[in-house]
Amino acid sequence: MHFGVFSVSDITPDPTTGRTPTEAERIQALVTIARKTEEVGLDVFAVGEHHNPPFFSSSPTTLLGYIAAQTERIILSTATTLITTNDPVKIAEDYAMLQHLAGGRVDLMMGRGNTGPVYPWFGQDIRYGIPLAVENYHLLRRLWREEVVDWEGKFRTPLQGFTSTPRPLDGIPPFVWHGSIRSPEIAEQAAYYGDGFLHNNIFWTMDHTARMVHLYRRRFEHYGHGSADQAIVGLGGQVFMRKNSQGAIREFRPYFDVAPVYGHGPSLEQYMRDTPLTVGSPQQVIERTLSFADAVGDYQRQMFLIDHAGLPLKTVLEQLDILGEEVVPVLRKEFEARRPAHVPSDPPTHATLLAAGPDHPNAKIGPERVSVGGAR
Amino acid sequence: MTKKLVVISGGLSQPSSTRLLADRIAGAVTREVTARGEALDVEVIELRPLARDIADHLVSGMPPARLRDALASVSSADGLVAVTPVFSASYAGLFKSFVDLLDPDSLTGKPVIIAATAGTPRHSLVLDHALRPLFTYLRAVVVPTGVFAATEDFGGAGRDGADGLDRRVARAAAELAELLVRTSGAVRGFNAPPVDEVGQVDRLDEDSVVPFEQLLRGEQ
Repeated sequence: MHFGVFSVSDITPDPTTGRTPTEAERIQALVTIARKTEEVGLDVFAVGEHHNPPFFSSSPTTLLGYIAAQTERIILSTATTLITTNDPVKIAEDYAMLQHLAGGRVDLMMGRGNTGPVYPWFGQDIRYGIPLAVENYHLLRRLWREEVVDWEGKFRTPLQGFTSTPRPLDGIPPFVWHGSIRSPEIAEQAAYYGDGFLHNNIFWTMDHTARMVHLYRRRFEHYGHGSADQAIVGLGGQVFMRKNSQGAIREFRPYFDVAPVYGHGPSLEQYMRDTPLTVGSPQQVIERTLSFADAVGDYQRQMFLIDHAGLPLKTVLEQLDILGEEVVPVLRKEFEARRPAHVPSDPPTHATLLAAGPDHPNAKIGPERVSVGGAR
Repeated sequence: MTKKLVVISGGLSQPSSTRLLADRIAGAVTREVTARGEALDVEVIELRPLARDIADHLVSGMPPARLRDALASVSSADGLVAVTPVFSASYAGLFKSFVDLLDPDSLTGKPVIIAATAGTPRHSLVLDHALRPLFTYLRAVVVPTGVFAATEDFGGAGRDGADGLDRRVARAAAELAELLVRTSGAVRGFNAPPVDEVGQVDRLDEDSVVPFEQLLRGEQ
């Protein structure tokens, strides 16, 4: 099973000091966090993509390429890559390049983006979010799997005789996840291609997250990629840990209370009750995280949000130490103990896709079995 | 079959004249519906105790459990009575915030009585300038008679006589009762999409999924 951290790349004042880090500080801090993620034995580092302040991550492949040069083992991923407002041709080129430089240690997660003005800034319209995600991603799949592409669609200039370079490393396109909080179309999209589905699992109740995952699992089976419990599922989550739970709550509360996303709203206690946020001892984080598998089934990737809301770098690095030393080793053992033998432990990686060859769903543009009957 | 009436009362004081009006209307609707041979369950949703939950939902994007139940009640009602005090020439902000949190499709086709309270009858057009367009936008079926009660109406000193308010309440209640007991005669088809516990299309049910081949062809 993969464990990792994902960052939204926000530049937020530290509410306990009132000081806002500079862009330069936050960008270097995120590189430090990524190196530390590898050092403490986690598997994945992912960064978001945003095109508006207070976020800095507009250019994820530049950042991930730099991190690739400073790490040896961790998988570099995104959370998310905007499949709506990016040109799919540029995504194909940029991430294939990253894949070569990182020696195949790359996968990525598609997302639509929910900031209205970003769409017109990039020549698109948020009302077509789903059709853009559907058309652009299908083109991306073809660009990585067909040498020469002739293509015409609704949203982009037609292509005649186009070859995306560099070609994917070893001819193996990076594994793709699709992230969505509540759009069934995206769960359906992930299932159709046999791609992974990741729910950010931060803003909604666990029962809602579970319904999205189960929809994806059933459709994954419908499209003939395996049984529902073999579908490739990832979850997010946010944690803050200290030796004892009272200390954790005392230290995290000022950050929670004014956090950009949910601040000035529900109390920390209410938010912990209603969502998967866990602030407490390492043991409490272990127990809560293990309970996720009861809700969504045995899954393959767990990502933690730990560097947001103005938390200082030193604190974030301490969180990574706790994750690496006390939490993740136990989670690995416990998750494997409950996992049936036929359910994969890890999501596909470059090495496993290379070994699986041309019959793996990731090697194909679409599934052989198409939808018939049953649904509207 | 027993019908369900949900009454939204947006009064902020305790006791509240808005709640007083809401109860009078609910009582009248109950009489009119039972007179037509149907039973009626009435559920009153007071917004004041939900004020903090409403604010939390607005800023966090996620409803606390008690508010989620209230929103689900509104969605699953057969008919609504919506009563708000008039603040600064319109509905109360809390009332509008609650309506803002409803699923935009949850009131479609639902019969509604709109009602308002104020200190003076000079606010009475709030019903038709603010409340009626709001519910029309949400595709609710607003009955022709709106019920406005100024403070003086509770004393019987209203300019349309001591029983003026009662007559308006009775007329609105009769109009709503007609819509509540009317059955369309239509039966849900075999291929209708599944609905959730509040009667809305359940988009996360496998049988509501638009197959991906259809999405790829540009059909939504």
